[in-house]
Amino acid sequence: MTNAPKRTPLYDLHVELGGKMVDFAGWEMPVQYPMGIMGEHKQCREKAALFDVSHMGQVILRGENVGEKLEAICPQAYATLKEGKARYGFFTNEEGGIMDDLIVSNAGDHFFVVVNAALRHQDIPHMKEKLEGVEVTEIFDRALVAVQGPAAENVVGELCPAARDLKFMETVVADIDGVECRLSRLGYTGEDGYEISIPDADAVRITKLFLAHDDCEPAGLGARDSLRLEAGLCLYGNDIDQSTSPIEASLSWAIQKRRKEEGGFPGAARVQKELADGAAKKLVGIKPSGRAPARQHVEIQCAEGNTIGEITSGCFGPTVGGPVAMGYVSAGHGEPGETVKLIIRGKAHDAEIVSLPFVTQNYKR
Amino acid sequence: MTTYYSEEHEWITVEGDTATLGITKHAADQLGEVVFVEQQDAGDDFEKGGEIGVIESVKAASEIYAPLDGEITEINEDLADNPGALNEDPEGGAWIYKIKLSDTSQLEDLMDLDAYKALIG
Repeated sequence: MTNAPKRTPLYDLHVELGGKMVDFAGWEMPVQYPMGIMGEHKQCREKAALFDVSHMGQVILRGENVGEKLEAICPQAYATLKEGKARYGFFTNEEGGIMDDLIVSNAGDHFFVVVNAALRHQDIPHMKEKLEGVEVTEIFDRALVAVQGPAAENVVGELCPAARDLKFMETVVADIDGVECRLSRLGYTGEDGYEISIPDADAVRITKLFLAHDDCEPAGLGARDSLRLEAGLCLYGNDIDQSTSPIEASLSWAIQKRRKEEGGFPGAARVQKELADGAAKKLVGIKPSGRAPARQHVEIQCAEGNTIGEITSGCFGPTVGGPVAMGYVSAGHGEPGETVKLIIRGKAHDAEIVSLPFVTQNYKR
Repeated sequence: MTTYYSEEHEWITVEGDTATLGITKHAADQLGEVVFVEQQDAGDDFEKGGEIGVIESVKAASEIYAPLDGEITEINEDLADNPGALNEDPEGGAWIYKIKLSDTSQLEDLMDLDAYKALIG
C-alpha cells in the first residue's frame, strides 16, 4: 500500500493541457488550467466545459429487486425508478445524518451508482454489507468525464446523436466513435450537460474529441466548486456530513413523498420528526453585501449580534460577480431577505439570506 | 531607488526611509484571480512578520506578512474597486501600501532581484 495520490486515465492529458495538479481526496487532479478558475467558470455557463470526474466511484449493482433493496439504506424511491432514469440521493445513518450523496441510475439489467471520491472506501463496503443478494462491483477501468454548459448538447451530440434525445436525469448506453459509453444527462454545475463513463483505453482519445469542439474547454476543481455553489448544490464534507440531516440540509425535495410518509430507511424517525416539527437548523443561501468572500467556518450573527450559525461553503461567484455562500442558521432564522452579519477575520460584514440557487439552473427537462 | 524582495513574495521599493510595497508577479500568478484585498489603514504600525492584509482569490484567502517594521502612510484605494489589478500589474500600478520604515537595516535581510529569481526558480 502506498499513500501516493492516485491518477486518473486523463492525468497525462491534464498535464499536457497545463493543468495545475493538486491532491484532492487522494487523487492528483487539476484545480485549474491556464484559462483560470474565473474563465473556466464562465466558459461552463456560456459555452461548455469538460471536467475529469474519474476520481468518483462508479459502482454496478446486480441482483433481484436492487431498487427496493436500496430503499433500506437510502430515503429515495428507488424501487419505482424507471429504466433509463437517474435520481439524486444519499445514504443515511441510524441517526438520520447523511453518510454520502450519490446518483443512482436504473440501467435495466443493473443499477449504476456514482459516489464521492473521498467516500468510496466507506460506501462500497456499506452497500456490500446492507444489500443482501446484490452483487456490488466497483468499476476501476472506466473514466468519468463531465461535459457541462449550454453548448454541451452540441459538443456531445456531434459525436453521439443519441445525446440529443436524452432529457435531464436520463441515462443510456451509446456509441461514441466506436466505443460503448454510458451517457447520463446530469451534472453538478447547474447547467445542462452530461456525465460520460468511458473505458480507460479510449478515455484520452474521446476526451480530446470533445475538446476539439470550438465551444469546449477543460475546467478544473476550482471552477467545479464555484459552479456548484452558485447552483446551490451541496458539497459533501462542507455542507452535509454524518451529523446533518437531509431536512437540515434543505434536501427534502430529494426525498419522494412515499418515502417521507412510509419511512423505512436509517434515521427515518429523525427525518419524519423534522419534517413535521421543523429542524434545529437549516442550510440557506447567503449573499455578502460587500466584496469580501465569506469562507467555511465564518460565524453568522443575527442583526442583534447573537451567533446563529456558520458558513459551510463560500467563494467568489464569477457569474454572480460577487461573493456567494451557504451556511446553517438556527431555527427561527433563515427567511430570504433577513439581514445577518458575517464575522470575517474579526470584523462584521453585512449579508443577506437569499433563496438558492444564486443562478437559474438550466436543465433540459 | 532600490527594490528588495521577501521570501513571502513581496517587493519593496525603497527611497530613503519611505517605500512602496506590493506582491510579486510570481505570487499573483500563484494566487490566481484576485477578487478582494483587505488592507489596513493609513497610520497603522506593523512589525516584521505581522499580518498586514489579506488577498482573496476565487478559491482561497492568503495573508500578507510585513517584511520589516514600519508604519503605513498610504493605501492603494483603487484595489477596493479593482482587485483584479493585482493580477494585471502587481509590480506596478497595483502596489498595496506606501510605508515609512522604522529600521532600514532590516533591508539587509531581504533579497535582491537575482536572489529572488533563484528562489522562485
